[in-house]
Amino acid sequence: MPNYLFIESRGGEPRDPFCSALAGALARDGASVTLLLVQNGALAARRGAQAPQLDKLAAAGVAVLADEFALRERGITHERLRAGIEPASLDIVVDRLLDGWQVIWH
Amino acid sequence: MTTAARPRLAFALMDAPFESARTTTAFRLLDAAARRGCDIQVFAYEGAVLLPFARQQAHPNAVHGRSLEEENHPLPKDLVAALIAEAAQHGGSLDWVNCGLCVDERGAAETIAGVRRGSPGDFWQMVKDAHNTLVIPTHG
Repeated sequence: MPNYLFIESRGGEPRDPFCSALAGALARDGASVTLLLVQNGALAARRGAQAPQLDKLAAAGVAVLADEFALRERGITHERLRAGIEPASLDIVVDRLLDGWQVIWH
Repeated sequence: MTTAARPRLAFALMDAPFESARTTTAFRLLDAAARRGCDIQVFAYEGAVLLPFARQQAHPNAVHGRSLEEENHPLPKDLVAALIAEAAQHGGSLDWVNCGLCVDERGAAETIAGVRRGSPGDFWQMVKDAHNTLVIPTHG
């Protein structure tokens, strides 16, 4: 089964739940799935942000990362991150492309 | 590393310059690929064909009382040129193809060096030849 990296650039609870539903379903089926929050998507990484989809994805086994640059731009320190979310370099996208992951920017 | 051994990545961009943070993120991704010595192929579609438009001009900011030099306005065409140079510096390449019909619609034929005109058929070929592809979509 391929590995999947989803990129979410929009903040808050998504109006279109397709991306989070697909990512969760793939993880439950046994795929290795990562969600990377970039740009305003990083706002959902704050502890207390209204983003229940992230908790559902984490429960499904999806690794959730947030772009360090986007966090810095928005003044979100690592201490303010939601439990289970790790900061990451955007370079991970290129590394995973080179490793053959399916990368989907929603 | 031989040319054949270099990793090849394809990217599709659609956003026009000065409008979306996605362009900044796309350039950061191209920078990461360039630093890894990849052969990078970019297919610019719709508004993205204006990213390497040669007639972009920096400007002073009268509202804030800043001169041209003080404003130091970044221009996407300069960033595209820098990415092309960076890819070569690291032993890779960056081949930028503008969708021809999108160019004609926008009068964007004057581009910086290193940019060529093509069609969606070129993107098909890029995807076919690449180790992997990332499509960066626009959102309404």
